[in-house]
Amino acid sequence: MVGPAIEMIDVCKRYLLGELRRNDSIRDALSRTVSRALRPASRSHPEVWALRDVSLQLEEGRALGVVGRNGAGKSTLLKILGRITEPTQGMSRTKGRVACLLEVGTGFHPELTGRENVFLNGAILGMSRREIRQRFDAIVDFSGVEAFLDTPVKRYSSGMQLRLAFAVAAHLEPDILIVDEVLAVGDFEFQKKCLRRMAEVEKEGRTVVFVSHDLEAIARLCPSAVWLEKGSIQQEGSATQVIDSYLASAVSEGGAVGNELIRAGPLLLHSVAIHDEAGRRLDVLRRDARFSITVDLTLEERLPGFDLALYVVNSNGVRIFDEAWSDQGTKRPEGPGRYTVALTVPPILNVDEYRVGLWSGTAYETLVHQEVTAVFRLEGSVKRRPDRAVELMLPWEVIPAHQPAPAQPPDEL
Amino acid sequence: MTTTRGGASRWVENRPARGLRRLDLHELWAYRELAGFLALRDLKVKYKQAVFGVAWAIVQPLATVAVFTIVFNRLASVQSEGIPYPVYALTGLTLWTYVSNGVNRATLSLVGNPALVTKVYFPRILAPIASVLPATVDLVVSLVLLGILIPVYGVALSGTALTLPIWVVGATTTAIGVGLIFGTLNVRYRDVNQAIAFFIQLWLFLSPVAYATSSVPENWKMMYSLNPMVGWIDGLRWAMLGAPWPGLGLLISVVSSLVILTLGVAYFQTAERRFADVI
Repeated sequence: MVGPAIEMIDVCKRYLLGELRRNDSIRDALSRTVSRALRPASRSHPEVWALRDVSLQLEEGRALGVVGRNGAGKSTLLKILGRITEPTQGMSRTKGRVACLLEVGTGFHPELTGRENVFLNGAILGMSRREIRQRFDAIVDFSGVEAFLDTPVKRYSSGMQLRLAFAVAAHLEPDILIVDEVLAVGDFEFQKKCLRRMAEVEKEGRTVVFVSHDLEAIARLCPSAVWLEKGSIQQEGSATQVIDSYLASAVSEGGAVGNELIRAGPLLLHSVAIHDEAGRRLDVLRRDARFSITVDLTLEERLPGFDLALYVVNSNGVRIFDEAWSDQGTKRPEGPGRYTVALTVPPILNVDEYRVGLWSGTAYETLVHQEVTAVFRLEGSVKRRPDRAVELMLPWEVIPAHQPAPAQPPDEL
Repeated sequence: MTTTRGGASRWVENRPARGLRRLDLHELWAYRELAGFLALRDLKVKYKQAVFGVAWAIVQPLATVAVFTIVFNRLASVQSEGIPYPVYALTGLTLWTYVSNGVNRATLSLVGNPALVTKVYFPRILAPIASVLPATVDLVVSLVLLGILIPVYGVALSGTALTLPIWVVGATTTAIGVGLIFGTLNVRYRDVNQAIAFFIQLWLFLSPVAYATSSVPENWKMMYSLNPMVGWIDGLRWAMLGAPWPGLGLLISVVSSLVILTLGVAYFQTAERRFADVI
């Protein structure tokens, strides 16, 4: 019979803006105290509630994923769990040893050697010297930097530093492991290694809390998840369900065209939107599913030769594709009437932010050319390479070079 | 299998603290190795890139004592209770340098390591305490130097020298107490960095480093002894050089030192809960 290992009861965290910043000087503080004494009512500092009434419970040995937009309070939640900061109200408690990885390599000092930093970082993460010594070889092995162990870390490449730092973290054996977005760094092989290690940690019966934007990783590692929205729990439950609703919540408020009509001659553009396979209008989608770009338009009069093109540009400004009716002999509407136009995009785009451009006109004139009509983001794992724009799975063929040449037909002379 | 796992492990709570937070000595002990590692890191970093290494710890007090001897003893004819001035001054300087280094390091211990405060949990009070430790290396070097110079100047070491650890521990409590106060202030206010240099300079002149406590007017002496360094330095001079026993002044200094330490710990513990939000 296992009980909960983590409990949070009505946890609130308030940050005061303006007050309590280190850029205060003593003089500022004194003058503030004086002015406060003179006008006691003026004690109003803008405040931000990073967390509001968050309650959750996690059974021992379970893994919990935390999803949410930037600024939703995910990091604050972890900091309270890890006792790095105090809640303003409420209570959080944990059972057993907690290791909190908000950053890899905390306390690494550039002047110290790899070996020295392993001990230092291990101690900072809560390992005893004996534990570090026991696992030292495994740590070095995991990091793959043994040749440079006695070199100051300042001579390491950033990748090597990261490997070493993560190797230390990976060999913690806490009862509760709290991990922030640390896996978002490093090359793919290393990330894979880290995720594998996290899965092991979970199998060993440890309790894991994992924050990530990599929703696929969360779905894979965590049976359950919570979704934080503006400091409160929006939903908790099975990870796949929570992730689905989280994605679905990113309901488009309309792109640049939005709900504003664009009128150009006989053409009336109502909206340009992104829909997932289930027909939901979204602006954050999963990378691994097809989606469609939908244009809602009205032709107020007959327009022979009416043509439309949609193109998608990634965050580097690369135009990934540009599809027009006239390229493909699509059956074109001539009007008058209202039409819904959908362009289906297979799951070939990598994780990124995209904007949709629209051109419309005839062979003789341009009616509309709007570079940004909708914006959407694809989330998920970058799989092998974050740098590629598209993943096409093109067919390969491998032929041995020294195959006996096929028998030559005799010369016909 | 870790032993803390299973039913044996206790709940650890994180809730808003009301009033003074008690110092959890049990937890401090559990984290003692971390304090050691932090101190070791500071030491290694300090000596790794220093060309002269530990030689600094010898040259610095010697040079300072030479200057003190010329300026205070020869020019200003400061009296040293019948003891050769160079060793008299070196005794004071040894303890003084230790404490002022410790306070300086403790003041920077938190703002110098923001990631330690905002990214991991540990009893934060260990950072300023650990930062005082590396100063003991210079102290030991300086004490060895003193041990060599005392007979050179014809002063006989007596059994009282065995009380040396008492004065060092006393000075350490002062360094930690004052360091905690300034370290905490430094998290909150950016002008503490400038204030600390000025404060330490003032403190030096208010401590019997270059002169003797006996030259302070009698009716000021009690007030003067509120500076804990008065008691520790006079005590060390009594132990090493056979200077007069500090008497009531020592008692005042001991009490004052304990009060400062208590205040430092209390202030630190109260402010600590907001460090991660402020630093």
